[in-house]
Amino acid sequence: MSAFIAIVRRDLLLAARRKSEVFTALFFFMIVVSLFPLGIGPETALLRRIAPGVLWVAALLAAMLSLNRLFAADHQDGTLEQMALSPTPLALLVSGKVLAHWLTAGLPLVLLAPVLGLQFDLSARALGVLMLSLLLGTPLLSLIGAIGAALTLGLRGGGVLLSLLVLPLYIPALIFGAGAVEADMAGLGAGGHLSLLGALLALGVFFAPWAATAALRIALE
Amino acid sequence: MLRVHGLACDRGDRRLFSDVDFSVATGEWLQIEGANGAGKTSLLRILAGLAPAAGGQIEWDNQPVSKVRDEFHARLLYLGHAATIKDDLSALENLQTAAAVAGSPLEESVALLALRRIGLKGREDLPSRVLSQGQKRRVALARLLCSQARLWILDEPFVALDVAAVDLLCGILDEHLARGGMLLFTSHQAVHLAGTGSSLRLGK
Repeated sequence: MSAFIAIVRRDLLLAARRKSEVFTALFFFMIVVSLFPLGIGPETALLRRIAPGVLWVAALLAAMLSLNRLFAADHQDGTLEQMALSPTPLALLVSGKVLAHWLTAGLPLVLLAPVLGLQFDLSARALGVLMLSLLLGTPLLSLIGAIGAALTLGLRGGGVLLSLLVLPLYIPALIFGAGAVEADMAGLGAGGHLSLLGALLALGVFFAPWAATAALRIALE
Repeated sequence: MLRVHGLACDRGDRRLFSDVDFSVATGEWLQIEGANGAGKTSLLRILAGLAPAAGGQIEWDNQPVSKVRDEFHARLLYLGHAATIKDDLSALENLQTAAAVAGSPLEESVALLALRRIGLKGREDLPSRVLSQGQKRRVALARLLCSQARLWILDEPFVALDVAAVDLLCGILDEHLARGGMLLFTSHQAVHLAGTGSSLRLGK
């Protein structure tokens, strides 16, 4: 367990020392989301209608920006080998890296989303559901992204391949995440969508680190 | 003890080496020599369990290493080519993280003592980015001072070190052997260590 904590702590420290990487993704999210109200104009009914989809798609893209660096630096400087040789299971250490990735790339999106949602004239209740759906969904994005990052590790042009690989896998999260907010605004209740998102997250927590570990071991050989 | 029978390694279609046999008992060292590309690093990576062998067996305490992998890793310290140093972390943070990942977390005072002994006094809190190549190697080697592992596998440990650091490292290796540790390393230079040792030449 101390190895898990050490990995989380190290990755958070590294993120704190290289703030530009964290803020790049965050500003990307802010700007992409803000472009839509500016482009469409003050049609509140239309903006309310597209808000969940726009915010969620922007979150997917922003979460993906930092993915290709998830394992690349560790692979290059030999840290990944040391992690593979640790008596702590590699899958647990990978979970630590995913947790740190979520804390630096996912959680800020969750906190920023309600502010950006105001531009779309969303109600306080819809903003709450949006935050909740992102809170359940963004860890899933980090988990699935870790599998993609591990599979494309060491490949030339891995960045583009990574998006092609990971974006289709993000579709369920997108459907249920954006769907939760839409359902709530239509008065149908977001419970069903959020439960499915939670179920996907539970599956991801159990299987994604394991799958990413298998891919990392192949990359190490 | 570590015993290896008929070990073989392939790189693509090419056979790098085959029929490698040796054993290392407590307090013994083995230097692996060979021309560039002879497969020294590949051999060490196979022994550490990072790469699969094309054939042969590796035994740890008379059991196939594949069966006692966890126990073996708990007793193993492997330092590869790469310095495993994060440029944005200080020497102290690098050492403490590496030790925690290896399963033996260090108190700050112990880590500071190790860094001081390895010759990095006054540079413990500098970002590793500003350290020289040799100083980065020293940070990596500081792990040896805090290691409880019985088997050390070191890939080119003497690279980029100055004369004083080479002597210091030889002293650390001697201490390890005197404690009953085992040591495998690659090097192109002749190294004088205490205890019984031999050398293995790859690719004749």
